[in-house]
Amino acid sequence: MLEITEGSHAVAKAVKMSRPQVIAAYPITPQTHIVEALADMVADCELDAEYITVESEFSALSACLGASAAGSRTYSATTSQGLALMFEVCFNVSGMRLPVVMTIANRALGAPLSIWNDQQDSIALRDSGWLQFYAEDNQEATDLHYIAYKVAENPEVLLPAFVCFDGFILSHTYEPVDMLSQEDVDRYLPAYKPVQRLDADDPISMGMYATPEYYLEFRYEHDQAMKRARNAINKAGKEFGEMFGRDYSALVEGYRLEDADTAIIAMGSLCGTIKDAIDEMRSAGKKVGLLKIRCFRPFPAEEIRNALSHVKRVAVLDKNVSVGAKGAVAIEVRDALYGKALPVLGYVLGLGGRDVRISDIRNIVSLAESGKGDQFYGLRTEVL
Amino acid sequence: MALGIGCSSRPGKAPNNKTGSWRVFKPKFNHEKCTKCGMCKTICPEGCIEESEDEFFIPNESYCKGCGLCAEECPSDAITMEQEEK
Ligand code: SF4
Ligand code: SF4
Repeated sequence: MLEITEGSHAVAKAVKMSRPQVIAAYPITPQTHIVEALADMVADCELDAEYITVESEFSALSACLGASAAGSRTYSATTSQGLALMFEVCFNVSGMRLPVVMTIANRALGAPLSIWNDQQDSIALRDSGWLQFYAEDNQEATDLHYIAYKVAENPEVLLPAFVCFDGFILSHTYEPVDMLSQEDVDRYLPAYKPVQRLDADDPISMGMYATPEYYLEFRYEHDQAMKRARNAINKAGKEFGEMFGRDYSALVEGYRLEDADTAIIAMGSLCGTIKDAIDEMRSAGKKVGLLKIRCFRPFPAEEIRNALSHVKRVAVLDKNVSVGAKGAVAIEVRDALYGKALPVLGYVLGLGGRDVRISDIRNIVSLAESGKGDQFYGLRTEVL
Repeated sequence: MALGIGCSSRPGKAPNNKTGSWRVFKPKFNHEKCTKCGMCKTICPEGCIEESEDEFFIPNESYCKGCGLCAEECPSDAITMEQEEK
């Protein structure tokens, strides 16, 4: 049913319908509305879950770790400094192969303190072994939670997942969202069946000490699971499409890319602006297309190679920067295209909530056409 | 030991973990010099030195961590520590 709703509330509803048994979260702007809404649902007995109030994000994810290890479907949400505080636990959750799902309302990392949007927080955890989905709009943000649980809990995968959506830009925006019914969600997402769990009658320990003879192999297994997630995403996304009409089987999505000379690559809400810019540029005769990366982990290198086989240049837009290198997406896209004589130009932009407008996209395409890239875009040089 | 998902493991005993691989130096016992006094077995913090049928003392290499205490304490200097190639 189509509902006009705030992004955070749409996500909270999707989480509720995913029937998590344990929620542990700590409020932080701009994630707060999600966890407030869920706390209300639990208090009002609309959602039969344990809501654990904690004193920090470190504890929030630690509580989810324990609950997931005990066999529960668990949920948390955070952003920015909160995610940074979870850093250690993130690696523990993924190393123990616990399918926790966590919403990230993407926000810049301090210092300097900023509550506004970029994607530095989740990108900084790209090596942590969590699946990473990025939503373009609130419909996608909502649907990706069901997909995330389905893939994370797949016995072939067993990895935790971030569902990332841009703080404020999506989290606080009212948009029409086609909400599934509880019956639909139950059909798509059956109860979680853990392959192993903490049980006093049949004890196991998780995340044991691994000596140098074993550690390398554990990381290899972790990486293999992430690679298998590709297939699991294809399957889960296709099934979702067959049941509800929105197909998320692909890790990347092209927009007017078939005959494009310039391909723009981006993640998240930026893609909506880029699509409008492309429509304008197409009307003016410029062959520009978009390749949206919906799933950053596992990284869709092969899909990117295939999708860009015909273009003349690639402009990668990063709302993050790996300081001392460049934007993380640009680095990985260039790696995916290794061996091809295709210019891949990176643009770091929109950090800390700086708006990216249609005119900016047009300027970037012009820069790419003249071969200028690997730079911060939109600098106010007068304050430097 | 096969890898459990997420490095999980059933309850067991400490000897299930063969910790001998941590060793850098390995004690070499010279039975010519040994007086069979048993000090090495007494002192070994791993408790991994056993008396064999001919009453000589032999460390279990699956657990000996190469700490060198046996060599240090042996009154007959019958034990030398040698670097182990792996
Ligand atoms: S080196 Fe240490 S651990 Fe090894 S046998 Fe001697 S005392 Fe025991
Ligand atoms: S301490 Fe030395 S002399 Fe005594 S039993 Fe051990 S090896 Fe032999």
